[in-house]
Amino acid sequence: MSKSRTIYDKIWDDHLVNTNDDGTSLIYIDRHLVHEVTSPQAFEGLRMTKRKVRCPEKTLAVVDHNVPTTDRKNGIEDEESRIQVEALEKNCKEFGVEYFNELDIRQGIVHVVGPEQGFTLPGTTIMCGDSHTSTHGAFGALAMGIGTSEVEHILATQTLIQRKAKNFRVNVGGTAPDGVTAKDIILSIIGEIGAGGGTGSVIEYTGKAISDLSMEGRMTVCNMSIEGGARAGLIGPDEKTFSYIKDRPRSPKGDDFDRAVDYWNALNSDKDAYFDRDVYLDAAALPPVVTWGTSPEDVVSINGEVPDPEGIDDEIRKETKKSALEYMDLKPGTKIKDIELDVIFIGSCTNGRIEDLREVAKVVEGHHVNENLNAMIVPGSGLVKEQAINEGLDKIFMAAGFEWREPGCSMCLAMNPDKLLPGQRCASTSNRNFEGRQGFRGRTHLVSPAMAAAAAIAGRFVDVRDFVK
Amino acid sequence: MEKFKNITAVAAPLPEVNVDTDKIIPKQYLKTIERTGLGKGLFSELRYNDDGTENEDFVLNKSQYRNAKILVAGDNFGCGSSREHAPWALLDYGIKVVISTSFADIFYNNCFKNGMLPIVLDETEVSLLMEETERGSNATLTVDLESQEITTSDGNKINFKIDKFLKHCLLNGLDDIALTLEKNSEIRSYEDKIKSQRPWV
Repeated sequence: MSKSRTIYDKIWDDHLVNTNDDGTSLIYIDRHLVHEVTSPQAFEGLRMTKRKVRCPEKTLAVVDHNVPTTDRKNGIEDEESRIQVEALEKNCKEFGVEYFNELDIRQGIVHVVGPEQGFTLPGTTIMCGDSHTSTHGAFGALAMGIGTSEVEHILATQTLIQRKAKNFRVNVGGTAPDGVTAKDIILSIIGEIGAGGGTGSVIEYTGKAISDLSMEGRMTVCNMSIEGGARAGLIGPDEKTFSYIKDRPRSPKGDDFDRAVDYWNALNSDKDAYFDRDVYLDAAALPPVVTWGTSPEDVVSINGEVPDPEGIDDEIRKETKKSALEYMDLKPGTKIKDIELDVIFIGSCTNGRIEDLREVAKVVEGHHVNENLNAMIVPGSGLVKEQAINEGLDKIFMAAGFEWREPGCSMCLAMNPDKLLPGQRCASTSNRNFEGRQGFRGRTHLVSPAMAAAAAIAGRFVDVRDFVK
Repeated sequence: MEKFKNITAVAAPLPEVNVDTDKIIPKQYLKTIERTGLGKGLFSELRYNDDGTENEDFVLNKSQYRNAKILVAGDNFGCGSSREHAPWALLDYGIKVVISTSFADIFYNNCFKNGMLPIVLDETEVSLLMEETERGSNATLTVDLESQEITTSDGNKINFKIDKFLKHCLLNGLDDIALTLEKNSEIRSYEDKIKSQRPWV
């Protein structure tokens, strides 16, 4: 093909099994990640139709949403959670799928585990019954969240029926100031394009501020692509990508690795490739940000104040934002720095990786968590936890008064016992501030790990840049 | 999958943007290993008071909307989590059609896997239908998938667009796994090609 193509175009072309007259295509799926919440009905569907898992070796299962983050040697107390976890274990055994249980050191949040194991590779198609599958796009993979019917479709056929999405480029130029992290970049992007801004598109993130990011930072950015409505988000692979992948348990070895690198290098978008839409952000102008409402698009500078929805023209949008303020118990004009907090949650597939924990340790070392709040750190996987312990970060966290937990999704979506109580206000490094997300009537403000750490010490939001000085 | 049949039913208004799937079906209902029985959890944090009684102010609890089978909602309906429990809950409750200016991609896709019809209309058309729903049980809408037409109780007609393949699957209640398995030889030859071209995958 001689036409200039984006990385999405190239991955798409290389995975086409066939295209129908009606414009739908059958695309091949290289990697399928499975967790306990969105898979039981899919396995049940296979049983009912007497179908098999077509490629068990391209499938990896891990338990993450339901597991308690306290000592789990005695099993899971909540009966429904236990049944769901046991169902996954049983299904994996029956269908021959590799499974990491809650006592396995490799267990963790599915989107932390995939990259860690070298299961996530550039140029592959990666699907999972989980919207944050977009995380894997950080490696230059086409990674999408799907529903349970499509989980079953992949298990049975290793393919998906899709229509091609649009190409949307988000170029983040300049150098992000100290204290402005990957989380602030992606929240600012969502603030700019809106929660539905990326609908029907695959976003490619480009620009100096993106290539400056570590792989962990890139995963944070791609993770929240879905919060901007995008079908997927991805970043062209480079040397950082390749050195992250090298020598992982499931990554290619020897000659295969060298051949793969040649292929991966050629995946990057051609210079004059066509994008349906372009957005530019200057990283140098970005502040650390906080969300004030109940949609990830409700983004404001740490030095700003709660906005007044009265100025919104669209009646439905205005009423939605007014009811968000009511839910959050906030008044327009309140300074963000005057908002006091009850809970700090550090973790999730957005910010539960080793680099996130290092940033937290840097801020909290030698300080103590404010006496008016509870603060919890939940590593993204058993291997992240082990690494943090090897670096002595656990001692810093515990000396500062943080709870140091076992890996899992935890209070990002509160399916396990980690929940906000009604009315509690939380600074969270997770990805969604939806009503009730972290617990019934709980109130969530999304922030970076550094900002959450500073807030834990101060008891309210502070600008981490002032705090570190 | 059941075939989609044309319906004439009461439509309930949900004038809100970004109605997320956490709101449609909160997390505590995701612990099921079944597809059925999720209707009780639909919008549960809005539908019920703290003591478990019904919240009279919530639209689906108002007598004129109790039999609603159609929802008319604000922009970006179904955003957030990929949980197919969202369409399962809507369907189990009795909602077969959702009308909005836009839907989140995963939710939109999930609807079609379950015989549910999400309809995208422009802003003017959605506001018109939103007004129509204010008339409560006096105002029913008829949704005809074959002719891609919505008819209000006064006889006004609005046409809607829909992907040909998705329409075909809905009208015929097709199981797309069976359709794909018919292409098994093409899948196999793709796999053979990849083994030599990208052996590391």
